[in-house]
Amino acid sequence: MSTRIPPGPGAVPMPSRRLFVQGIAAGGVVAGIAAAGIPQRALAAASATPRLAGAPSVISDTRVELAIGESLANFTGRTRPAITVNGSLPAPILRWREGQTVDLFVRNTLGQHPTSIHWHGILLPANMDGVPGLTFNGIGPGETYHYHFDLKQSGTYWYHSHSLFQEQAGLYGALIIDPAEPAPYRHDREHVIMLSDWTDMDPGALFRRMKKLAEHDNYYKRTLPDFLRDARRDGWSAALSDRGMWGRMRMTPSDISDINAHTYTYLMNGTAPAGNWTGLFRSGEKVLLRFINGASMTYFDVRIPGLKMTVVAADGQYIHPVSIDEFRIAPAETYDVLVEPTGQDAFTIFCQDMGRTGYAAGTLAVRHGLQAPIPARDPRPLLTMSDMGHDMGGGGHGGHGGHDMAAMKGMEGGCGASMGHGAHGGGETASKAPKHPASERNNPLVDMQSSATEPKLDDPGIGLRDNGRQVLTYGAMRSLFEDPDGREPGREIELHLTGHMEKFSWSFDGIPFAGAEPLRLNYGERMRIVLVNDTMMQHPIHLHGVWSDLENAQGEFQLRKHTIDMPPGTRRTYRVRADALGRWAYHCHLLYHMEAGMMREVRIEE
Amino acid sequence: MSRSLLAPSLLTVGLLAALPSFAQSHAGHDMTAASPPADATPAPAADVDHSKMDHSKMDHGAMDHSKMDHGAMDHSTMGHDTPAPTQPREPIPVPTDADRAAAFPPIAHGAMEHAPEIHSLLLIDRLEHWDGKNGNGQAWEASGWIGGNINRLWLRTDGERSEGRTESSGVEALYGRAISPWWDVLVGVRQDFRPADSRTWAAIGIQGLAPYKFESSATLYAGSGGQLMVKAEIEYDVLLTNRLILQPLLEATVASKDEPEHGIGRGLNKVEAGLRLRYEFNRRFAPYIGISHERAFGDTADYAGDHARDTRWVAGIRMWF
Repeated sequence: MSTRIPPGPGAVPMPSRRLFVQGIAAGGVVAGIAAAGIPQRALAAASATPRLAGAPSVISDTRVELAIGESLANFTGRTRPAITVNGSLPAPILRWREGQTVDLFVRNTLGQHPTSIHWHGILLPANMDGVPGLTFNGIGPGETYHYHFDLKQSGTYWYHSHSLFQEQAGLYGALIIDPAEPAPYRHDREHVIMLSDWTDMDPGALFRRMKKLAEHDNYYKRTLPDFLRDARRDGWSAALSDRGMWGRMRMTPSDISDINAHTYTYLMNGTAPAGNWTGLFRSGEKVLLRFINGASMTYFDVRIPGLKMTVVAADGQYIHPVSIDEFRIAPAETYDVLVEPTGQDAFTIFCQDMGRTGYAAGTLAVRHGLQAPIPARDPRPLLTMSDMGHDMGGGGHGGHGGHDMAAMKGMEGGCGASMGHGAHGGGETASKAPKHPASERNNPLVDMQSSATEPKLDDPGIGLRDNGRQVLTYGAMRSLFEDPDGREPGREIELHLTGHMEKFSWSFDGIPFAGAEPLRLNYGERMRIVLVNDTMMQHPIHLHGVWSDLENAQGEFQLRKHTIDMPPGTRRTYRVRADALGRWAYHCHLLYHMEAGMMREVRIEE
Repeated sequence: MSRSLLAPSLLTVGLLAALPSFAQSHAGHDMTAASPPADATPAPAADVDHSKMDHSKMDHGAMDHSKMDHGAMDHSTMGHDTPAPTQPREPIPVPTDADRAAAFPPIAHGAMEHAPEIHSLLLIDRLEHWDGKNGNGQAWEASGWIGGNINRLWLRTDGERSEGRTESSGVEALYGRAISPWWDVLVGVRQDFRPADSRTWAAIGIQGLAPYKFESSATLYAGSGGQLMVKAEIEYDVLLTNRLILQPLLEATVASKDEPEHGIGRGLNKVEAGLRLRYEFNRRFAPYIGISHERAFGDTADYAGDHARDTRWVAGIRMWF
């Protein structure tokens, strides 16, 4: 039978009813954000909250009971319901070893709602994958589901609910698998750093709000005074032409993220910045930091001022080490990073959101209670036409009359002429006008099509270019191993990421999940997926069950991942080895995009 | 008075003509797009890749081989470099019956919970008190929808009270369908409660977001006695800051028949131009102040008498739920 979980440090007894996770979750506030006009949230209340230092408890038994229930959490000064595992937010860290077989008895104590757990990035039989309606029936109230699978891989992964918005409500945790063989690097100590976004709103109500007014959180639109400033700086015709392009698209260049710090409090290991999550080190040690982005809707740009970081794994898989100052982590991605802190007693781990509206932060320190300065957030970026895959003949966005017409044509649905430019260098000469699927045409749910897309593998991304720091790119990462399959893809499937910002409708090829046919792969085949981003948003695309082997711009195996980030204006390709039978979920890992329709079933059949 | 009819009526006609043409021009652009088949189409490897790769890759002989030699070439004779294998390096496991059972377990209908597809919005765009030279009163304009991304039921209401008396009020119920990313076509009915007797209209219209983000709508109403009226409205948000927003608005009405008993004259009969400055304390709640000029034309003006033109100060709130 199932065993009870040994209560680790900070663990809470089995919650048969609501209880507070305030102590573990370390109630906190968005410190320092008031200056940006974001409502200051009950500083006093939060700083008075007692806080237990450290991460959630670690479970390393291979036979485990996990109880999913409702708890109360307080990150903002308001006590709100959360969905937790064993009363913990984030959920306990599961830590196993490659080659083990695990038995997890996941019990639903929610009372009313079904639930589920998906083991993100883990290779397992479909009926263990945890997607209600595709791979199992979900876990009804009062029921227990027995997950049983072999661990055939190692690395940093995570787990989360795949039922409606439960992930947003707190149901996510780290999953670490130690390798059977020694790792290709040495480290003295390690910390899991789980980043997430928390809202006091009911996540279902937040979704409904997005459907009513998707631009709710965009308080960064360009104003009349901004226009006058640009006109003085660039001249009236340039400023008017720029506003004209955006106006004709009915879009706004400050739409970096749908939901930002006006709604979210950003957490590091379940701790708001004011709670100052702290990971200890001794000077000179090599410290492995396992970064996991468990956020529902937030991209984080991560750096540790004063420290170089060496990235040694991406999505759990070893890569050739890359030395960097900063990296962007998309929702669902994981990066393992080595640092060697020395010369200071404390370093800030600073994780600003992509839109620069807030941040998660914590400290690496030689003892608890220390804090290093928290850097200012970077200037807010604005999207340009070339960011969005509208070919402007060289990436400029000042604009002349002639360019307007080309851009206009592209935006209104036709394919603007592609004029290939090597603006991003690095041998990315694949610029081309994408051919759009017929289902995008005359489709009220497709508000934009790109006219010139590129892999942009060497582009640090919006807001990270030319910031004086060495920023990680997909192009800089290579798997430590050869293509494990080796075959050339026998065929390819091209899918376009599509959406409508104002309707908050998201889809592949303009067809939301509800009306889409499954994509069918033949068991055993090696095929290629081509993704083209026809939206102005960035989407992390996750295929369950099998790896996504990212190709370089030449179409060669480069990097094994489980989640492929797709910035606007990109066309990226990856290889899939269809070696797992079943009905797998394939979706944007921005939770509300998935729920709004950016999802497909991928069916691998014999 | 009828002399000044010309300019505004041209504006109105231009506006009415422009609204549908936006939608049409959009469709026209769409038609120019190439239309490859939808997804899941097996494409020959050469189709997409080679055209873009050739130039940069001609010098990598070995790799080019690996891209081109699909099946047709005999790999066994190519001992030199490392062509892509036809068999996977890691063998594909042969599925057992147990694997098959685990891969396709029976799934109960409805096991997947879906986010709701039916949503709704109620926008009270104007709920205001006005003060003009002919008195004071209240006015409102609100609209709401319930439905999905494409098909929605719309409710709209507007009205005006003066000196404690309801001068005009109407409610509309319309079926709306998105015909393009930015335009909805609406069909339904309007019930007027004032002035004079209540009156029912059939309504057909278009509304949406025009290029440059002009919120626009135009509706044709057909009433008893063969009366046809067109009402068009356009508004725009000028952001002074991200919370302080100036909203110019223009509204015009045209009628096809003279109906003195309803106070309606033939032709352009009413134009309203407004300028409202609101402050969004939050997105849902924004008080405003503004000025509104309303003017009747032609016979409508004669029927209105003293009320033919009025400039009003307004103060109100804008809310949505």
